Amino acid sequence: MSDVAGIDAALSSARPQVVGALLRYFRDLDVAEEAFQEACLRALKNWPLNGPPRDPVAWLIFVGRNCALDEARRRRKQTALPPDDLISDLEDTEGALAGGLDDAHYRDDVLRLMFICCHPGLPATQQIAVALRIVSGLTVKEIARAFLVSESAMEQRITRAKRAIAAADVPFEAPGAPERAHRLAAVAAMIYLVFNEGYSASGGDSHVRVSLCDEAIRLVRLLLRLFPAEPEIMGLAALLLLQHARTPARLDTNQDIVLLEDQDRGRWNREMIDEGLVLVEKALRHWRPGPYQVQAAIAAVHAQAMRAQETDWEEIDRLYAVLERLQPSPVVTLNRAVAVEKIRGPAAALAMIEPLAGRLSGYFHFHGVKGAWLYALGREDEGRAAFDRAIALANTPAQAAHIRQHLDRLVAPGGLSRADSDARGSAGTTGRT
Amino acid sequence: MRYVIFCYHCEATVAAWAPEQEAAVLEQRAVVRDRLSARGKLGPVVRLMPTTTATTVRGGAEPLVLDGPFAETKEQLLGFYVVDCATLEEAIDTGRQLVGQSGAMEVRPIRSFSPGAIG
Repeated sequence: MSDVAGIDAALSSARPQVVGALLRYFRDLDVAEEAFQEACLRALKNWPLNGPPRDPVAWLIFVGRNCALDEARRRRKQTALPPDDLISDLEDTEGALAGGLDDAHYRDDVLRLMFICCHPGLPATQQIAVALRIVSGLTVKEIARAFLVSESAMEQRITRAKRAIAAADVPFEAPGAPERAHRLAAVAAMIYLVFNEGYSASGGDSHVRVSLCDEAIRLVRLLLRLFPAEPEIMGLAALLLLQHARTPARLDTNQDIVLLEDQDRGRWNREMIDEGLVLVEKALRHWRPGPYQVQAAIAAVHAQAMRAQETDWEEIDRLYAVLERLQPSPVVTLNRAVAVEKIRGPAAALAMIEPLAGRLSGYFHFHGVKGAWLYALGREDEGRAAFDRAIALANTPAQAAHIRQHLDRLVAPGGLSRADSDARGSAGTTGRT
Repeated sequence: MRYVIFCYHCEATVAAWAPEQEAAVLEQRAVVRDRLSARGKLGPVVRLMPTTTATTVRGGAEPLVLDGPFAETKEQLLGFYVVDCATLEEAIDTGRQLVGQSGAMEVRPIRSFSPGAIG
């Protein structure tokens, strides 16, 4: 850790614990962030000369706290300090001197820091942006690039979100068990949002996108180190790893999405898959199934099939049945129908999604799979109508292209050249239903 | 005499390394590895999965299985086994059979493994 790159890595990995602890002392996010910045500057000056401290987190908290106190004393006339008994809490630094501090000590601090980003009044995109700024320490510029907006627009969004957070007044006392569980669930959902932001969109800077996925994995690992016995956190970690493992095979040379069944599985990241599989097993030992665990188990079934044809669709059907019970939703049933189609054919799958038509009328995947199954049954006119509907509902050009590519492939091998050209022809006529 | 050399570092920091930095560290170590290997002096080289994948089996009349790595500082590392198991359950069960009345066994999957040449 003698070089600058090593120090940078140490500082960024210490950030959640340090900012979390400083937030507990000063009860003000801006003060905590500034104190962390100042401590980092001192670390960059100090550590190369004197060697890194044994416990960088405790060092940074100690130095950051003193910096903020100095600053507050300078401005004493303008700024009211929190009561002395709060900020004179030396527990962390004394513990560090005794050499007895571990991750568990900071777990409620880190959880609180993550939890304040999950303010229910903040829309999902703002939760993600704020988490990336506050917890991960990404710069506004980096976050703006990930969201394809200008730096000043992102700056405004984050400032607004921080104001909402400050007004929310999350309590600083160590939470009781029910509150802790509530916070964990909210934070897990936020981490999944960060991951999906990186995973789902194909536009923009793919480098930045991938780093959002990496960041989400870093956060969920941190959470799991702090809460090692939570099966749903294991499940979430496994789910993210198993999905991210496919990243090298997900886009073709034109940056178009490659469907799961067409991906070159040799390019999947085996290390991530192995880690994900272990975490699924670890989680399932608890016999406390939850939605992340079941979704991870489904991803694990895919990961274990070396070729798409070897996929155990019966197992996937069973797992989706469990997910339907845990978290009933028409989208889950739609996904289950995809497995059912593989096992019992398109007629059974169509019958299964028929009751969903009302609730999923605006969901493009619904019309995409419906069109494919109608074609498979020779009901081409109805199939084409469903395809057109799917394309009209696509949210982005990439999504539309993805659907069209999917449809082209479905209609091409059966000698349905008329339908094929029509499906292509409908590409430019979004809005036609 | 055979020696085991254990690698310690802050896991989160290593995970935050840029790819070039990780490559630089591995390259420096590869030089040492190759030198030992050429003389037939290198045994197994193991990289472990993150501690989040670890499970600990505590010894006792009824051994206790706990999530997470071995975290006590009052006990010392005294030895290790490398076993090939089909499932985590099988590995934990092996740990349970080994642990006995006291002490603990941390069961941690291996990320990469090269068997080496010394027998």
